Amino acid sequence: MSAITRDEVAHLARLSRLALSDDELDHFATQLDDIIGAVARVAEVAAEDVPPSSHALPLTNVFRADEVRPSLTPEQALSGAPAVEDDRFRVPRILGEEA
Amino acid sequence: MSLTQKSAAELGRLIASGETSAVEVAQAHLDRITSVEGKVKAFLHVDAETTLAQARAVDERRAAGEELGPLAGVPIAHKDVFTTVDMPTTAGSRILENWRPPYDATITRRLREAGLVFLGKTNLDEFAMGSSTENSAYGPTHNPWDLTRIAGGSSGGSAAAVAAFEAPLSTGTDTGGSIRQPAAVTGIVGMKPTYGGSSRYGLIAFASSLDTPGPFARNVLDAALLHEAFSGHDPYDSTSIEAPVPPVAEAARQGDVAGLRIGVIKEFSGEGYQPGVMARFRETVELLESLGAKVVELSCPSFTYALPAYYLIAPSEVSSNLARFDAMRYGLRVGDDGTRSAEEVMALTRAAGFGPEVKRRIMLGTYALSSGYYDAYYGQAQKVRTLIARDFEAAFHQVDVLISPTTPTTAFPIGERADDPMAMYLADLCTIPTNLAGNAAISIPCGLADEDDLPVGLQIIAPVLGDDRCYRVGAAVERALHDRWGGDLLSKAPAL
Repeated sequence: MSAITRDEVAHLARLSRLALSDDELDHFATQLDDIIGAVARVAEVAAEDVPPSSHALPLTNVFRADEVRPSLTPEQALSGAPAVEDDRFRVPRILGEEA
Repeated sequence: MSLTQKSAAELGRLIASGETSAVEVAQAHLDRITSVEGKVKAFLHVDAETTLAQARAVDERRAAGEELGPLAGVPIAHKDVFTTVDMPTTAGSRILENWRPPYDATITRRLREAGLVFLGKTNLDEFAMGSSTENSAYGPTHNPWDLTRIAGGSSGGSAAAVAAFEAPLSTGTDTGGSIRQPAAVTGIVGMKPTYGGSSRYGLIAFASSLDTPGPFARNVLDAALLHEAFSGHDPYDSTSIEAPVPPVAEAARQGDVAGLRIGVIKEFSGEGYQPGVMARFRETVELLESLGAKVVELSCPSFTYALPAYYLIAPSEVSSNLARFDAMRYGLRVGDDGTRSAEEVMALTRAAGFGPEVKRRIMLGTYALSSGYYDAYYGQAQKVRTLIARDFEAAFHQVDVLISPTTPTTAFPIGERADDPMAMYLADLCTIPTNLAGNAAISIPCGLADEDDLPVGLQIIAPVLGDDRCYRVGAAVERALHDRWGGDLLSKAPAL
C-alpha cells in the first residue's frame, strides 16, 4: 500500500503554492511515497511519556527595549523588488479572486 | 612554499610582520582560482576588483597603526547563503539569481571587522539542502581529489575551495552535516559549533532549529581561529547563546588527549559502512589509545531513529521558512502578465525558481505538519529528538567526547545518487544526531580509504558548549597523524 497518493501530492503542491506539471507530480508521488515510508519508522519508538523538543537548547523569549533605531531606507528595502510603484512593492491583484 | 600553500595562521603572521601584504596574498589566491576554478567549480561569484580593494583597505588600516586580529588580511571564501551587500547572494537557487541583499549577515560583518578578505561566494546545494552540491541551480562542485566525484554538501563549494588551495579558510553552515560531510570527503577540517554559538542573522534560513554556521580550514588551529573570529552572542539572533565563546584556539594549540575518556558510538558501524572508512577509523581509535586516551564503546540506541526524525523536522521547518519566497518583495517573479492573480504568480514563480529537492522538502514538510498526520510524524519526531538528546546526556556522563566516522563512505561519483533522495540522505547518517541535540562536532582527516584512495573523516563530538574539546582532541590526532604521514593529508592529493 502506498503511503501517499498522487492526488494527495497534487493537494500538497497546491497548499505549497507550487504549480507542478503532470510529469513532476508523477515523479514526486513515487519519491515522496518512498521517503514517507522510510521516515514513518519514527512510529516504532515507544515515546508516549517523552516530551517533544521543538528546539535543541532550552530557550525563553528574548526581549529588547522598544527603541527607534536606524533601519533600511525605502530604496534599500525596494532594491530587490520585482516591481515597484510610488515607493511601494507592486504586486499582482489580490482582491476579487474566486475562492 | 607559495602563499596559497600556507596556513591561515602563518599568512596572518606574515602580513602582520610586513613580510607580505594582504594585497599580495589576495592576488596569489585570485591567480590560483583563475588556474583551477574551471575544473573545481567551487565559486558562484568571484570579483577580483572588490577582493583587492578589501585587501588594500586592510593594508591601509595596518599602516595607520590599527590593532588587527590574527586573521587580518587573510582571504576567505564565503558560502553563498550568508547575505553580503557587495556580492550577490543566491543560496544556490534560481529564485534568488542576481539578488543583492540590502544588509550583511552578522557573520559577514564580523569577518569584515576582523579584516578577512572575501575572495567570493561559494557553491552549495540549493538553500543548503543536500549532500553533494548537485542540487545547486548552477551546477555541481567537483572534488579536488577526483574531479568526477562530489565534494560533499551542502557546503561543497566552501570545502572544495579550501582543499584546492583556492582559499585558506571558508565559511559553511551545518544543518544535518553540511560542514562535516564535505570536510570529510575533501580531506580538510570542518566544525559545527554548538547551536546558538554562531549567529544565524543574515543566514538564509533552511531549518532554523538546526542551522549552525561554522568554519572550514586545512588544519585544526586555522579552523579554531576562524571560529573565534565570527562567534559569540548576537542580539540580532534570538536563539544566540549568551555565553563566552569556548576557548577553541587555546585548545587547538594545546592538543592533548592524555587521560581523556573517549566513547565509540556502537550504532555507527556495520551495514552501509565502507570497509576502508572503518579501517581508518579503527586505526585512529588505536592511535588515541596510544596517546593516552581511555577508549570505551557505548550505545546510543535512539540514534537509529535520528535520520527519519530529521527528515520530518527539517522539511517541516523548510515548508514554513521557504514561504517567504513569494515573488512579491524580492527575487524571481514569473507570469505577472496582468491577467494572473498574486497567488497564481506565486505558484508559477516557486515552480520555476525552486529545484526538485527543495520542492520535495516543502511538500514533505507540508504533509508532516498537516492535521491528521501531525502527531504521527512531526510530533513523534520531536519526541525522538528528546530521546537523542538524552542519549548524548547519558554518554557524556561516561566520556568526555564521542567519536565516529564522519560519513559512512568516501566521496561518491557525481550523478550516482542525484535522483535517489533516500540514498543521498544516508550520507548524513553519523552527523545528524548532533544537529538534533545542538551540541558541537568536528570532522578532521584521518587517512585515505584503501579501495579508492579518497579521504576519510573522523568525527569528534562534544557536549553543548564543549566546542574546545573537539579542537583539543582534533589537534592531538592531527599532530600524531602528520608525524606518521610526514606531512598533511592534502600533500597526497593529485595535482590539479
